[in-house]
Amino acid sequence: MTKVLMQGNEAIAEGAIRAGVRFFAGYPITPATEIAERMASRLPEVDGTFIQMEDEIASVTTCVGASLAGVKAMTASSGPGISLKQENIGMAAMHECPLVVVDVMRVGPATGMATLPAQQDIQQARWGSHGDRGVIALCPSSVAECYDLTIKAVNLSEKYRLPVMLLTDAEVGHMREAIAIPERVEVVERRRPDVPPGDPSFQPYAAKPDGVPPMADFGAGYLWHAEASTHNVRSDLASTDHKSADFLHRRLIDKVEKHVREMTFYSTRRLDDAEVAVVSYGVSARGSAGAVELARAQGLKAGLLNLNTIWPFPAHLIEDLAGRVRAILVAELNAGQLVREVRLAANGRVPVHHVGRFDGLILTPTEVLARLREVL
Amino acid sequence: MPVHVLHANELKEKYVLTRNLPTIWCAGCGIGTVLGAAVRAIDGLGLDKKDVVFTIGIGCSGYSSRYVNFDAAHTTHGRALTTATGLKLANPKLTVITLTGDGDCVGIGGNHFIHAARRNIDVTAILFNNSIYGMTGGQYSPATPTGALSTTSPYGMVEGTIDPCELARAAGATYIARSTTYHVQLLRQLIAKAITHKGFSLVEAIAQCPNQFGRLNKIGAAPEMMRQYKREAVRVDSLDAEVPPGKIKIGELYKADRPEYTKMYAKVREEAKRRAAARGQ
Ligand code: SF4
Repeated sequence: MTKVLMQGNEAIAEGAIRAGVRFFAGYPITPATEIAERMASRLPEVDGTFIQMEDEIASVTTCVGASLAGVKAMTASSGPGISLKQENIGMAAMHECPLVVVDVMRVGPATGMATLPAQQDIQQARWGSHGDRGVIALCPSSVAECYDLTIKAVNLSEKYRLPVMLLTDAEVGHMREAIAIPERVEVVERRRPDVPPGDPSFQPYAAKPDGVPPMADFGAGYLWHAEASTHNVRSDLASTDHKSADFLHRRLIDKVEKHVREMTFYSTRRLDDAEVAVVSYGVSARGSAGAVELARAQGLKAGLLNLNTIWPFPAHLIEDLAGRVRAILVAELNAGQLVREVRLAANGRVPVHHVGRFDGLILTPTEVLARLREVL
Repeated sequence: MPVHVLHANELKEKYVLTRNLPTIWCAGCGIGTVLGAAVRAIDGLGLDKKDVVFTIGIGCSGYSSRYVNFDAAHTTHGRALTTATGLKLANPKLTVITLTGDGDCVGIGGNHFIHAARRNIDVTAILFNNSIYGMTGGQYSPATPTGALSTTSPYGMVEGTIDPCELARAAGATYIARSTTYHVQLLRQLIAKAITHKGFSLVEAIAQCPNQFGRLNKIGAAPEMMRQYKREAVRVDSLDAEVPPGKIKIGELYKADRPEYTKMYAKVREEAKRRAAARGQ
């Protein structure tokens, strides 16, 4: 295992390449630009393609084209750019086109505070594009996790044929830490059709039991249509075919929701005997970890649940926690976004409190501890 | 250019997704004529179906590839050219053809049109220009002639009109041609040349929308609209050719020789690998 000093954004680029990403299209935006810069120099070295597009919409749709041709693709931006990409993140979901979209979150709304961290795109990641669909979003809280979760994001996007979001923030994106590059990583390839081109039984949107249809590369001879409109299993329009519409739309939700446990990544700190739990993610989990240590030093039995999977929301972890602790405190850089999900999952069994800020500063251990004391 | 013409029934057998018929197009619509010319051009070039991919956007033109048996990406409004860019970059061996309307291409997707031309990426854009948003019921587009009636210009359209060919040349396209649904043999030949051309090519196909543009502007049904194209079209060989006012220039309008994007990017890869090797990676 080699150890290297790396920036969070660089680790995302390197993790993506390690996972087999060979196409990146992007548009300059703070605080995500380093990902594009790294890809611009690295991808051509490995026979990949980097292109700077004319705008955010072009970036995501160009990635869709590359992915349809069978190449693993990624784009990256921050809140304003993600807002612009949303329609076409939905298109990738409808095409069932594997793709990773990185959101290095900054303070919003609008231009907000371009260089400063926030976690305000949590619900945007879930509901930002119109329509119902299953969403996967992962969230790293360290440079090592940037590397690891990017690989997981690529793998999940390939396995489940959908756009996966990596939600990080200006702080984690720009911090530098020494990370150990693992010698072996698991890399998943999308499932290709198990019948030869021209086989009359081939139906481009006929799913396997896991809800995911095999995917043929454009140019391989299967002659199929990646369809953004509601369609049947043959990819023909289902404009008034309500049965096919219901079947498709449910499948787009179920292929994620039925595999929540497999998609759930998290870590804990001192949670086993905790009486009070801090639930956090990303940069806020770092301040929360410090708060747990401070609390323990003062005799308060606190623990931390650091969620690396934001969507699909791992409600089962909260349900379990709700039976074991006296209170939950959700720490995040927003006015209360993930706390909604935690409250839903806790379902009144335990009080769920919130500590947040959205002024460009991060949550410190003392700040989280003070709120812990307040709510107990 | 070798002319190899299949009988309509053979053509249908080979390329048409008959299960999706009938088309949604109104009687007399010009889109099918343009699609037919494109399919005949592909067939005449002897291209293997599996090497040709289509991308389409939204609008009446955005239905075209649904009726033919090729790999095709049906994208969001205006984004057919960017999806095409990704396909071509990821697999430069593909023949990538974008079928797009005037609203899709020079309206909502105008920025992408400019930059695809600027990059000179080897994509063929076939622009169905019917001067109107037909699908949504006849609103004016950037290609609607000033003064024309539409449901959103009931007093006459007061904005200027984009000439997609002029725009393409200014942006850097290297093959530009125009024809009409009346001049369908010429259209087929121009599409074939555009496909063969290595670089960004535009074929503007003036196509009638009798149901919206023709009706609202009291031109009449499809035959009257096509007669108008016959009257107004002048065959020229340059975008700068002088024609009397009110005439439409058709033919091969512009050709330039400029490096194609995927070829240029292949050089970037070579250079990156050379430097990486020099660093001892
Ligand atoms: S509305 Fe116009 S463009 Fe659309 S199908 Fe009818 S005639 Fe054709």
